[in-house]
Amino acid sequence: MIDRKKAGASAETEESLMDTRIIVVTSGKGGVGKTTVTANLSARMAMEGFKVVAIDADIGLRNLDVVMGLENRIVFNMVDVIEGSCKLPQALVRDKRVENLYLLPAAQTRTKDAVSKEQMMDLCESLRGEFDFVFIDSPAGIESGFQNAAVGADEALVVATPEVSSVRDADRIIGLLESFGKRSINLIVNRVRPAMVRSGKMLGVSDVMEILAIGLIGIVPEDDSVVVSTNKGEPLAMANLTPAAKAFEKIAGRILGKDIPLQDIDDLDERGFLVSLKKIFGRRGGRY
Amino acid sequence: MGFLDRFFRRESPRKSAKERLQLVLIHDRADISPGTMEMIRKDIIHVISNYMVISEDGIEMDLERDGKSVALVASIPVLEVKRGRGREGVK
Ligand SMILES: Nc1ncnc2c1ncn2[C@@H]1O[C@H](COP(=O)(O)OP(=O)(O)OP(=O)(O)O)[C@@H](O)[C@H]1O
Ligand SMILES: [Mg+2]
Repeated sequence: MIDRKKAGASAETEESLMDTRIIVVTSGKGGVGKTTVTANLSARMAMEGFKVVAIDADIGLRNLDVVMGLENRIVFNMVDVIEGSCKLPQALVRDKRVENLYLLPAAQTRTKDAVSKEQMMDLCESLRGEFDFVFIDSPAGIESGFQNAAVGADEALVVATPEVSSVRDADRIIGLLESFGKRSINLIVNRVRPAMVRSGKMLGVSDVMEILAIGLIGIVPEDDSVVVSTNKGEPLAMANLTPAAKAFEKIAGRILGKDIPLQDIDDLDERGFLVSLKKIFGRRGGRY
Repeated sequence: MGFLDRFFRRESPRKSAKERLQLVLIHDRADISPGTMEMIRKDIIHVISNYMVISEDGIEMDLERDGKSVALVASIPVLEVKRGRGREGVK
């Protein structure tokens, strides 16, 4: 297995061998890619050899199961675990395609009021030592659903698309996460369309960064392969290397502490290649 | 950006999106909590008191939003200006 950071160990008992990192994926605005990011990072991390559970905290509007392609194997859900109707291992859906990947589904016929902050906190704590990574897919909004999703997490990934409303909501979410005392908050800019940025039609990653002023951990281009993978219920990491798949691989690497430079995607073309003009210019420009 | 846009110095959608965002965030972020406002108030009283005697009860302080900007507007009744306390006198 790949080297695990030993920092911040919570080994109270003999058997808690793993330093579990609990990461909430959130955004404020709906439909910007939280579920997509959760599914793909979870799959990527499992493929890197880590033991991962993806939690769908969007109670009443569950989606992570279909995006991960595990909807047919759900028996129990998170609310059953919290209410004691089943044990945690019974509710975990194991992915048969990738070793060490599990889903804890949301309840579909309940509302977000079915769980409290304390219960979510307990659930998260019960996962410590059992998994390397816990990714929590947050519902949109800033109300109790989001707060429940965030309460037990150590770290947060904020997803935003380069649009005024999305960046504005991300700013609000970042403020809330900071007020909750989250230490590590990083940004993923999703659905970037470099050609539109270059022609001045849309916000670029640099603009978003300048405005939000938090750490940028990844840039995911607009990519049809995301739609295809969602339709098939097969996370990108499991199939071919599309630009979005590569983006998720890099984000996973950065979460693991690898030093993977962030390209200025505003200079990339649709397929993720450096625009040739810039390439030529760069070569001429002394640095070779 | 097209030739005509550039010729007429029309703003690109990218630029206007950025400007609109910056503006809307000034307003969003200026939603300062009463606790923070109280801390600012105390700090202001502390600084001004080095130079003059002020009426703490009479202080009015608020954030005023006006189109493109947000201003912290304070009205502080001065009761007495202290003599011989210039800038250098303050420690
Ligand atoms: N990089 C991308 N390229 C193309 N399509 C994308 C990309 N990211 C997300 N999408 C599409 O956008 C839609 C919304 O994505 P997703 O469900 O992940 O958002 P969400 O933030 O979880 O939404 P909700 O707030 O409803 O939970 C989906 O149809 C998804 O396939
Ligand atoms: Mg979702």
